[in-house]
Amino acid sequence: MKRENREVMEGSHAVAHAVKNCSPDVIAAYPITPQTHIVEKLSQFVADGELKSEYLKVESEFSAMSACVGASATGTRTFTATSSQGLILMDEVLYNASGLRLPIVMVVANRAVGAPINIWNDHSDSMGVRDSGWIQLYAESNQEVLDMAIQSYKIAENDDVRLPAMVCMDGFILTHTYEPVSIPTKEEVSDFLPEFDPEHKLDPEDPKSFGTVGFPGDFMEFKYQQHEAMQNAKEVIPEVFKEYSEKMGREYNGLIEEYKTEDADVILISLGSVIGTLKDTVDDLRNEGEKVGLIKVRVFRPFPEKQLIDAIEGARAVGVLDKNISLGNKGALYSELLDSLYNSDITPLTINFIAGLGGRDIPESSAKKMYEKTKDVAERGYVEDEIKFVDLKEA
Amino acid sequence: MEEIRIHGRGGQGSVTAAELLAEAAFEDGLEAQAFPAFGVERRGAPVRAFARISDTKIRLRSQVYEPTYVIVQDATLLGTVDVEEGIKSDGKMIVNTSRDQSQLDIDTEAEIITLDATKLALDILGKPIMNTALLGAFSGATGEVSVEAMKKRVKKRFPGELGEKNAKVMEKANKIVGG
Repeated sequence: MKRENREVMEGSHAVAHAVKNCSPDVIAAYPITPQTHIVEKLSQFVADGELKSEYLKVESEFSAMSACVGASATGTRTFTATSSQGLILMDEVLYNASGLRLPIVMVVANRAVGAPINIWNDHSDSMGVRDSGWIQLYAESNQEVLDMAIQSYKIAENDDVRLPAMVCMDGFILTHTYEPVSIPTKEEVSDFLPEFDPEHKLDPEDPKSFGTVGFPGDFMEFKYQQHEAMQNAKEVIPEVFKEYSEKMGREYNGLIEEYKTEDADVILISLGSVIGTLKDTVDDLRNEGEKVGLIKVRVFRPFPEKQLIDAIEGARAVGVLDKNISLGNKGALYSELLDSLYNSDITPLTINFIAGLGGRDIPESSAKKMYEKTKDVAERGYVEDEIKFVDLKEA
Repeated sequence: MEEIRIHGRGGQGSVTAAELLAEAAFEDGLEAQAFPAFGVERRGAPVRAFARISDTKIRLRSQVYEPTYVIVQDATLLGTVDVEEGIKSDGKMIVNTSRDQSQLDIDTEAEIITLDATKLALDILGKPIMNTALLGAFSGATGEVSVEAMKKRVKKRFPGELGEKNAKVMEKANKIVGG
């Protein structure tokens, strides 16, 4: 990679630059920590005349997503960003966006959901809307999140997909961190991402109705088609990643990324920025002779069931780190992995680690403890304590 | 990889210092990362900021627990905040103080370097914003990041007279600590 193309900047600004080069026609947003710097930067680009876009300052997240739905239905490229309670306020409109098959791209700066009030990172917000029909990607670094923002438009606008996409970046841990990134130029983005020109759109010259009633005789077919579009996305996403890799020179290799899994007895699985810390941990443990590997789930919706099973095959035990919990059940990634395993040919032992809720730091020492616990499960041959809260304070 | 922790009070530019340090390290051809301690920031309250610099890509996302270097922007934090926590025994701590080292109550085997950064800032900038003086001193005391890169970046961030003056502060602080 050419070094001169890299610059040190805040994660929020990095993603704003990438979105700017995708030339969205309409941006509608409402500020919320830790997302605010993204749309603040975009509004500055518009005010300075660097981005020709309609920037709508709305009065709530509900309105932000509603404005995106209206704008997207007219065949324009749209963008918004939010966090936490803001995402929940959008909930009703999220389902409309996906049901209307509108390829809106939204960055979620992941933040815990209160009460208690908490502005820090976990994945309770985006995992809470995982059934809303949106594609979900989770980024490890600021480079990845800005690349995903560009890739997401191409995925979402694909004729075989045509679904909205959510790019998840860990609040503060990525949004507020300065690190070097390479931002594709407007020309490079234009070469990768064609103009959005959908076949069906609201147009006074050619009137059509969007969002009419789906009677019982038709509704199921709509849902089947959305599900089919998600299945198509499993094929489209790797193709988009491949083309992006070829054009931009950074490798994106699939719905999941395997790290030293080939001969691993124990595999850790997670998503988001903690993957970086886990990679360092795996390297340290490998140096000590431990046979450990890591799987990063880059795409959570559609869920990469087959890819995960193939990658896990051969491991004796799997430890899944979730930065969320469905209270009364399990972490989201863990639950869905178990779903996938049930009808597969493999039966690894599994354990779920709930960590990093509400911004609790996950140092390497905690990552090592999760490995030790998973290895212990492998050696004993059974799981004693399936759902384990990591670094919980002693009573 | 070297890890750096900066202690200061809200309004003293600790986060900006970490960012400038990362930018300057990048300018020198290193990989770099800077981030705040993600607190709710208030003017005057103790704040922390972190930086990492490395020859290779930085993947670690946790806070800094065992820094090689610690920068203390405000000596009134000594005794209130555990500034020496986790510092490597062969590390270095740069403290902004007008007092002599022997008068400082810091329990560490790490080398302590002192300078009156506030006075330097007041003399040249006319304001008690000491972060750039401490960055100049960091450069001189550790040799991890060049003062030229520091100056280039501060001038880029604060164009015009403010940047020039801050670069002068950096240069002077760098010389004071023997850079």
